[in-house]
Amino acid sequence: MPFLIRQTLIYAVPLMLVALAGVFAERSGIINLALEGIMIFGAFMGVLFVRFVQQWGWFQAAYDAKNIFSLQCFCLLAMLFAAAMGALFSLLLAFAAINLKADQTIGGTALNLLAPAVVLFFIRIIANQNTLNMYKDDAAGWFMLKKSMFGYGRKEEMNFLGSTFVDKVYVATYICIIVFVLMAIILYKTKFGMRLRSCGENPQASASLGINVIKMRYAGTVISGALAGMGGFVYVLTTANCSANGDVAGFGFLALAVMIFGNWKPLNICGAALLFGLFKCIAASYSTLDINGDGVYMLKELNINTNIYRMMPYVITLIVLAFTSKSSRAPKAEGIPYDPGKR
Amino acid sequence: MKKESFWEKAGTRSVLASLVAILIGMLAGGIVILIVGATNSTLGLGGAWEGLRLVVAGLFSKGRDAAGNLIFGFNPTTFGNMLFRAVPLIMTGLSVALGNKAGLFNIGAPGQYLAGTAASLFVSLSLPTNVLPTWLIWLIAFLAGMIAGALWGSIPGLLKAYLNINEVLACIMTNWIAANLVTWVFEGSNLKNVLEGTKSGYIYKTSTVMNDVIIDGVRQTVGANVPEGAQVVATRGGVATAKLGLDSLFSGSQVNAGILVAILIAIVIYVILSKTTLGYQLKACGANRYAARYAGIRDRRNIVLTMALAGALAAAGGALYSLSGNTEFFWNTYQSLPAEGFNGIPVALLAINNPIGVIFSATFMSMLQICGQKLTELTAFNEYITNVIIAVIVYLSAFMLVIKTWIGRLRKGKEAGK
Repeated sequence: MPFLIRQTLIYAVPLMLVALAGVFAERSGIINLALEGIMIFGAFMGVLFVRFVQQWGWFQAAYDAKNIFSLQCFCLLAMLFAAAMGALFSLLLAFAAINLKADQTIGGTALNLLAPAVVLFFIRIIANQNTLNMYKDDAAGWFMLKKSMFGYGRKEEMNFLGSTFVDKVYVATYICIIVFVLMAIILYKTKFGMRLRSCGENPQASASLGINVIKMRYAGTVISGALAGMGGFVYVLTTANCSANGDVAGFGFLALAVMIFGNWKPLNICGAALLFGLFKCIAASYSTLDINGDGVYMLKELNINTNIYRMMPYVITLIVLAFTSKSSRAPKAEGIPYDPGKR
Repeated sequence: MKKESFWEKAGTRSVLASLVAILIGMLAGGIVILIVGATNSTLGLGGAWEGLRLVVAGLFSKGRDAAGNLIFGFNPTTFGNMLFRAVPLIMTGLSVALGNKAGLFNIGAPGQYLAGTAASLFVSLSLPTNVLPTWLIWLIAFLAGMIAGALWGSIPGLLKAYLNINEVLACIMTNWIAANLVTWVFEGSNLKNVLEGTKSGYIYKTSTVMNDVIIDGVRQTVGANVPEGAQVVATRGGVATAKLGLDSLFSGSQVNAGILVAILIAIVIYVILSKTTLGYQLKACGANRYAARYAGIRDRRNIVLTMALAGALAAAGGALYSLSGNTEFFWNTYQSLPAEGFNGIPVALLAINNPIGVIFSATFMSMLQICGQKLTELTAFNEYITNVIIAVIVYLSAFMLVIKTWIGRLRKGKEAGK
């Protein structure tokens, strides 16, 4: 059970962060189909940052002294760097969509093509292979919390809460949850958030009240890029041992589905992301999953083909979309270039 | 009324806008190469210069001479391979273009392409050649691929038409489902290449000849050579697209009649779109679904039909590629989608959704891929630079309208200056 919860969170948390990224863009009126590409770019930049910092030996002393706090600061720095780079990358979409009034679907698709191409081009040149790894050791050694750090011996077990939420988890996951809550509050409870959302519903009305629609749409897209970039890095940190290979396996698109399923609202998105996280987790590790702790791998004994489990998240998404699409309500002005003369 | 001059025609401006997009895309790729060359001591500016020349003229590359300098000239092998690789791109490009004409963004081409590949491989490798002639098997396999693609494409079509689910999302989900489904189908099949030890991750080429034999009461599959004392139950495989002499025209390349089939299909789609009622209805639905419905066009039926047709086209690309007999399919594909499917998007955008234009833009895209291949072979750069160029072109085509206006203004400026 602790394993199941831990693994579900690992998949669910980046998913909900990236889905919130989608909400920020769409609430300001820009369809951000490029989430996948931005995740890929952010993941690459984060890993590159970790790699260079390790190469320069900046945190080596902290690693040798097992100084948890500074190592986690290192991780946070990498996350912030990935977020900044994701924001920078999303400017391409913002410029095309806002200044040039481009087709946002095609613009997003272009970024989705551009990110893996650029990333793989440089990975090949830097690492001479198709995967960029950390400079040395692995992600678990540098960034993962372990029970031994809290004075537990090899044979000792932590209690339920400890083994679920402390042992073998990344602090990055919790930072993402905090960021998620903060950004959701900003979007719903502040003047800025209210103005941003108004630009996605009726930009002309917003403009008539003195709101700078162009600025707000830029803000929405850039915040969206930052969140997606961070989500991308945390995704590869926790699931791929901090390595980038120009692919996040359709996670960005899954996040879009989560956003629609969650009806563009943070709490619903949270629930949707947990559901998909659970299915992703089952697909990834059903054969070693011991749900009630009796030593029997129930799902494995059901003897269902692996491919069915792997298909599940996508099939469920389609089914769920089929049931919820009638009641879903997208921001009214999303995808429509802002034309000040149109009333 | 004054007749429009050559420069004022909408078609001319569209072609010009595409050419500008290509030029800027190449320029961006060139700049990336220059920067990498200048900052990387092992490559240097000399390396960057070689890279630049290969990106522009990789099609004419003939490798390096004894002194290590790049040599250029007509190379029939690369020309033939360019045509061969253009085939799947033409088909997926047509698929995306057809969707765009009907107002549907068909990003599901990779899944449909996979469906077509899987179905045609399955049929062509399973039907016994000692009962049916190989040309008939080829035809059945090709049609089976198209039907599979049509069915796969109609899923997002149905979801869009009846449940109003965004076709982009539905297509992406069906893509990944297809990737898993295809893996599942081949995982349990007897079509995995076990005859050649090093090719265990691949499905047999369709041209492989296999014999199902019974040796000492045990049924097993052997290659073309039947061991003595074995009883042959069935012969399978040996299916390949006809070459029609194209291989002697472009010696050493993989080209076959598939390119002619693709061009023919492109022309058929052009005729359907511009000369038939069906084409008019599809375009009307694309322009405004509700207005079309008001005019008595069955919009839902048309959406499903468009997606099914688009699916069949993308799948035909997969079928033509795999039925060529010299390509191998990596069956454990659940983690990746075929690039040919996604590359249909830039092909269609560059051709401004014109089926005839697709033939040229697909050939151009395939030439870029050849250049990338040469780049990897001959320099320290790699083929992903061509994907960067393609992505930049797609990015530019998102605001093709702006580029067209620029061109229009340039003309006006010149006329004013006269």
